[in-house]
Amino acid sequence: MERRISIAVNGDAQALEVEPSLLLVELLRETLRLTGTHVGCDTSQCGSCTVLLDGRAVKSCTVLAVQADGAQVTTIEGLAADGQLHPVQRAFHEQHGLQCGFCTPGLILTTVDFLAREPDPSEKEIRRAIKGNLCRCTGYQNIVRAIDAAATQARGGARQAEVRQ
Amino acid sequence: MTVATATYVGTSVPRKEDRRLITGTGTYTDDVVVTGMVHAQFVRSPHAHARIIRIDTAAAKRAPGVVAVLTGAEAAGTGTLPLFVKVPGIKQSKHFPLAADKARYAGDAVAVVVAESRAAAKAAAALVDVAYEPLPAVVDAEQALAEGAPVVHEEFGTNLAWTYPFKAGDIDKAFGEADVVVRQRIVNQRLIPNAIEPRSVVAKVDGGDLTLWSTTQIPHFVQLFVAINLGVPQNRVRVIAPEVGGGFGSKLNVYAEELVVPFLAKMIGRPVKWTEERREGYLATTHGRDMVHEAEIAAKRDGTVLGLRVRTVANMGGYLQAFAPVSATILHVFIIPGAYRLPAFDCEVRGAYTNTTPIDAYRGAGRPEAALLIERMMDRLADEIGMDPAELRRRNFVPADAFPYTTVSTLVYDSGNYEPALDRALELADYSGFAARRDEAKRRGRLRGIGLASYVEICGLAPSKANAALGVGWGGYESARIRVNPLGTVQVWTGTSPHGQGHETSWSQIVADQLGLRPDDVQVLHGDTLESPGMGVGTFGSRSLAVGGIAVHKATQRVREKVIQLAAHLLEASVDDIVFEGGKLFVKGVPERSKAFAEVVFQLYLAANLPDGMEPGLEAIVYHDPENFTYPFGTHVCEVEIDPEVGAVEIVRYSAVDDCGVQINPMIVEGQLHGGIAQAIGQALFEVAVYDANGQLLSGSMMDYHVPTAADVPTFDLGHTVTPSPVNPLGVKGIGEAGTIGATPTVVNAVVDALSPLGVKHLDMPLTAERIWRAVQQAGR
Amino acid sequence: MIAVPFDHHAPTTLAEAVALLARSPDAKVLAGGHSLIPLMKLGLAQPATLIDLWRIAALRGITRDRGGVTIGALTIHQAIADDEGCRSALGGLAEAAAAVGDLQVRARGTIGGSLAHADPASDEQAAVLAFDATLRLVGPQGERLIPAREFFRGPFDTALTPSEILAEVRLAPPGARSGSAYEKFAHPASGFAVVGVAAAVTLAEDGTVERVAIGVTGAAESPFRAAAAEKALVDSKGDAAAIAAAAGKAADGMTALSDLVASSEFRRHLVTVYARRALERALTAARM
Repeated sequence: MERRISIAVNGDAQALEVEPSLLLVELLRETLRLTGTHVGCDTSQCGSCTVLLDGRAVKSCTVLAVQADGAQVTTIEGLAADGQLHPVQRAFHEQHGLQCGFCTPGLILTTVDFLAREPDPSEKEIRRAIKGNLCRCTGYQNIVRAIDAAATQARGGARQAEVRQ
Repeated sequence: MTVATATYVGTSVPRKEDRRLITGTGTYTDDVVVTGMVHAQFVRSPHAHARIIRIDTAAAKRAPGVVAVLTGAEAAGTGTLPLFVKVPGIKQSKHFPLAADKARYAGDAVAVVVAESRAAAKAAAALVDVAYEPLPAVVDAEQALAEGAPVVHEEFGTNLAWTYPFKAGDIDKAFGEADVVVRQRIVNQRLIPNAIEPRSVVAKVDGGDLTLWSTTQIPHFVQLFVAINLGVPQNRVRVIAPEVGGGFGSKLNVYAEELVVPFLAKMIGRPVKWTEERREGYLATTHGRDMVHEAEIAAKRDGTVLGLRVRTVANMGGYLQAFAPVSATILHVFIIPGAYRLPAFDCEVRGAYTNTTPIDAYRGAGRPEAALLIERMMDRLADEIGMDPAELRRRNFVPADAFPYTTVSTLVYDSGNYEPALDRALELADYSGFAARRDEAKRRGRLRGIGLASYVEICGLAPSKANAALGVGWGGYESARIRVNPLGTVQVWTGTSPHGQGHETSWSQIVADQLGLRPDDVQVLHGDTLESPGMGVGTFGSRSLAVGGIAVHKATQRVREKVIQLAAHLLEASVDDIVFEGGKLFVKGVPERSKAFAEVVFQLYLAANLPDGMEPGLEAIVYHDPENFTYPFGTHVCEVEIDPEVGAVEIVRYSAVDDCGVQINPMIVEGQLHGGIAQAIGQALFEVAVYDANGQLLSGSMMDYHVPTAADVPTFDLGHTVTPSPVNPLGVKGIGEAGTIGATPTVVNAVVDALSPLGVKHLDMPLTAERIWRAVQQAGR
Repeated sequence: MIAVPFDHHAPTTLAEAVALLARSPDAKVLAGGHSLIPLMKLGLAQPATLIDLWRIAALRGITRDRGGVTIGALTIHQAIADDEGCRSALGGLAEAAAAVGDLQVRARGTIGGSLAHADPASDEQAAVLAFDATLRLVGPQGERLIPAREFFRGPFDTALTPSEILAEVRLAPPGARSGSAYEKFAHPASGFAVVGVAAAVTLAEDGTVERVAIGVTGAAESPFRAAAAEKALVDSKGDAAAIAAAAGKAADGMTALSDLVASSEFRRHLVTVYARRALERALTAARM
């Protein structure tokens, strides 16, 4: 019994017929071939599948595709605008916040949501915010550094904007 | 125009790999989709030990979407899994990709179902009806060696897979002359590697050509055994390790699935994909560690260590997986003496079959075990004689003027200078200020402890002759191929197979410096057997740079020499007078008599004006066989606070000084250390694979097995010293595992130190809250 | 991957959802999905139909009136954790919500889903017990209000009948001189509570303890109120000795769970420690 859903993925609105049992991550990876969203576990622990669902970081392995009916989904493929890396992507690169890269899309999207709601986090808050994203390569140090750098840069940008006004 | 001579080696060049990984455009194995692809689901034994009486596949074959079902009895064409190391007298079991007679661990595959979709394959797999006769199981290695234990491989009549004795120096004299003898039993618990990318295999057959994508650290070995086992000519087998999402040793194998999936693709004539689920991986992907040591150290009251006696039992699991005995033999036994002069050493390791998931390499593979052992014993000894642990280490260090140093275990340490690393680590950690911090913590009701460890690592695996002498059935060289295109850009194929280590960046730094190029002018390719040299050994054992990076370096030198020769010809000068700097070749003292690098390269392809005997083109292939291992070293210092009421440990400070010789890219070096230390913290404090008495894995999912999160680890303060290795032209050693090796004993030593006022002498890992709480309770009684 | 297919309905009103549920005997109610979907992936739940409440806007959000605070069942954990009103008047609940899982789970998982699922180790149930919350259950026969203490029946078992839906949680914020806190020993891997204790206290004008409620989760098969500890503390001065004495009774009468992380003995101990810590912070807050 397929269900018709409409979903905007990375700004691209589309109507799709999906089985209710289809997970959002399966819709992204298998139906839409957006394979930047990864699956690293089967118990909602690792966070590799994190995407933004209406702006909030969620684990797409724990959301049904039908639950995303009417929603805006942002995956890692949709984060860079016009070929310009998102500041969080850039910070991960500049701070060496990734090694094998498998957990990276999920971490970047968690960070985007987190910094939108907490623009000036402490190190402790950063570490707590990414608890739901497991990384086995980096020991998290450069990820934390990257998030801090992205936050600092975003705040600097905001201050400059205020000055201009 | 002046071109500055850029030097990229030694600088933190941002990684070339990142762009595709941060934009989601990299391709991992599970991302591969081939037209007409079907999906495999393995049927795995729920029993740890059971005879397979009968398998009825009729219902599964009738299930919707099913294409094929294969049982162990029908899978003879997949051959047996390889074992790469032969200890004398080893009892090597036949290890079939699909078990036909007996299942020897929970998760042992007995059949496989192929269907149009993953869901259909999974549903049908549940319909494969296997009649088992459950047998008593044994999960503990020591119990497996005891009288009357269930026997995993009946043909041997014992679970003792091998015994590896090593003895040097006069051990009886050492213990006879000792003022102090300290004995300690040390358990190095079983771990689950947990690369975040699950394993995956995709196979495609096209006429006589077989293409395999696999999450592997060793694509060439996979190619070799697919060819051998499935009877496909090697030149028709292409193995691709695309992006690989971490390995840590768990992808350093030729796995059953890597043979069964291509076998199925051949059999049914369609591409086949298999991707493990995490809980499946916990059963079917190799585990690490799982050794128990009985150790005795003999010393003088002044701290001079006289001798060490070790008896190790190593759990091998249900089968001997490719490299398993290496971790427990060569890498473990030989490096136990660590950073110290040890006059006498007596060590024996016994490997035991059990009804558990096979053990194999996990980050450090034998060396974290050895380091934990010697560094725990040093701390036990320091405690016994009332000496500062740092001072005890200093007194026993191999002195700086003793290198190259031949250890009691017959290794020749290439270079080392252990005291400066210790000193700098103590300084970073403010070791001398610790007492005040401990007192302050005490006023807050916290137990604060400090621990350190000085390690020596063996890497640069390996001189091929050493491999042969030690029973490893393959050379330890590495290959590289370099091609300078007619327009002067460069392609490098490396036999290493990175999965997060950043070889594309580091190797291009090495090449760029030699040819006066930018790293971006150099494209580094890896993980594809089609275009690489005939054999690449792969990425493991912190070997990539010291062996594979050197191969790249040597290949680059060859093309550089040829360019210089041609430049000499074109500039009508002698080769000795040609200076190659900043992308230009000119005559010494006459910089205006010059040719740009690209210009000379172009002439090599134009081929109209080459000196006699010079071949056109500019390519080189090198197989570099190292002359010796390399021996990185360092000292780590950890400070913890314990909440004695609930046993919780917090790492409040972590400092480390590591020496990996010359660093190509310090940023990458630091990243490797961070990850390595975090994995060590995982072992020291959190991680353990637990089986029940029947061989069921209780810590069977990520909800039960604790992979450290960002909130579990601190920020690490890193320093380094640089003692170049004399055994290779770049002076490099290796850094992939150092963090894990140094940090595991360091964290344990810190926790034990915090508890030492209560009389605690030793605790085994993982140092969980309950374990510590119990130790505190016991001390209070 | 969810191997077993099912039907899915996404009603937009509660009445519609109740009607659908009445018609579908093998149905499960889906809120944020963070309890149910993992079970379905593991094959441990195989409902024939899902009644997905996500589109029922009336069930989402936190409202206040004279009767107190009403939290719609679909309110996500993070919204409770972030809500200023909850943080000031129902601190123990806001802290419990903030202690759930991780950032992503809190962004999707709901209080209603969590309470209805009744995992013995989920966080918010401890606070719901400590605040004597009332749960509004709606079924084909209409609605009923049930005190939290009567809601939890056993592991994964509640007072909900198969045809009822948990619509909202109602709390009466304690008045002046009140304070609350949630203290948790988290499972290192899963993040669930090995032991979680929510304490809520109200002081009399003279500073003696007038009311105290201690909700405990994670420790036993069901969340419970630590009655002996409450009794020991009430009418006391709430000083360190009284807190310690009371907390020492927090595990009285409970049958502790045991697992790889904590044996029953350790769990009992943790209950007393976290009860003390929660009471200390609750009393400090009450005195501010």
